Amino acid sequence: MPWTRDQLAERAAKELKDGFYVNLGIGIPTLVANHIPAGMTVTLQSENGMLGMGPFPTEDEIDADLVNAGKQTITELDETSYFSSADSFAMIRGGHINLTILGAMEVAENGDIANWMIPGKLVKGMGGAMDLVAGVKRVVVVMDHANKLGESKVLKKCDLPLTGTGVVNLIITTLGVFEVKPDRSGLKLIELAPDVTLEEIAEKTEAAYEVAL
Amino acid sequence: MPSSPKVFPDAKTALEGLAFDGMTVMSGGFGLCGIPENLIAALRGSGVTGLTVISNNAGVDGFGLGQLLTTHQIKKMISSYVGENKEFERQYLAGELELEFNPQGTLAERIRAGGAGIPGFYTATGVGTIVAAGKEIKRFGDRDYVLETGLTADLSIIKAWKGDARGNLVYRKTARNFNPMMATAGKVCIAEVEEIVPVGALDPDTIHTPGIYVDRIVQGTFEKRIEQRTVRSSSEAIAQNKTAKEEA
Repeated sequence: MPWTRDQLAERAAKELKDGFYVNLGIGIPTLVANHIPAGMTVTLQSENGMLGMGPFPTEDEIDADLVNAGKQTITELDETSYFSSADSFAMIRGGHINLTILGAMEVAENGDIANWMIPGKLVKGMGGAMDLVAGVKRVVVVMDHANKLGESKVLKKCDLPLTGTGVVNLIITTLGVFEVKPDRSGLKLIELAPDVTLEEIAEKTEAAYEVAL
Repeated sequence: MPSSPKVFPDAKTALEGLAFDGMTVMSGGFGLCGIPENLIAALRGSGVTGLTVISNNAGVDGFGLGQLLTTHQIKKMISSYVGENKEFERQYLAGELELEFNPQGTLAERIRAGGAGIPGFYTATGVGTIVAAGKEIKRFGDRDYVLETGLTADLSIIKAWKGDARGNLVYRKTARNFNPMMATAGKVCIAEVEEIVPVGALDPDTIHTPGIYVDRIVQGTFEKRIEQRTVRSSSEAIAQNKTAKEEA
């Protein structure tokens, strides 16, 4: 069985470590916040200018001056700090954020990622994605293994315009987990989703990879 | 309200003599959070056209910078994300509007640099992507960086929480975002605030934008529209508080 959205988030949460400062992308990555292990201190950064993001507010707690990078209303915690967008991206670009978990349209075997633009379709913009992949120490992608046409999203080379080159460290898809080798020379398949076979992965993956289960 | 050459009675008066066709305007805010609502409305009222607007986002239909799109006053946007605006989409696809996308951190740093007298800087963000096309690439150590230029504007319009007659400003929560850098990068900066407080009422240690950057200040009224109203139920909140207490 391929992993569900929530199971992808649960698997991605295993990449968290005590004391980490983490930036979570929009979509499945946001769900990772629900799987932070009890007793582990993980501080969530929101690139619009906040460290220490709390849960969504109750109706009574809603504050228009307090939103996350997805423009959703949120709350603060005791340890929260606020800062400007320039300070926020100094944290990101300066390598102070330990981990970012992002969605992607395509990832290549050398760690290239495309997640912001489809030529011919309306382009909304890259937001902070290019800064995050270039600046954060460890970049983890969570995504469907295949696109809506059933084509592999784990590729030899990305077709779509890139968000960053050679920046991805780990790819968690609905079918399994691939590690990008530190020298960017290729992928290692290190984990399979329950009941997913090596044959199924082979059939549905365009990129070359070593099996290292 | 104390009389001061920086304090203006309303946004329209504050804008007088500063708006002209073809000008470049920086407008603070992230989404609709921390945008200069009153000054955007005043800019619309001024009728100036051919604007280049530097702002992280482009508002929504009919609110924030969306208001200036409806009236076709904007010629070009420099932004990082513009996904929430149908009129923007229509004008862009019809070729009525120019658009330059900057990565969000690059945009923030270009504005910071512009205001700090730094004409350019190198960043790894965007290297190997279309953002770096045609720009100088330089290698430092084992990595390539792209040259990005500082940004300035004829006018910056920003929003703060509190300010005084000397132009000292304090922002509130995530409504700070691009406002502090934009305050520094406009030839003229107008700040709108929720409250003008007496000089001396702000703790000098907690002032976010020193008054030197602010030329005009006006107290406004704010709708503070919310883009994504996301809530949890109070029963969830109680359960979470309980868990937090147990863990503590």
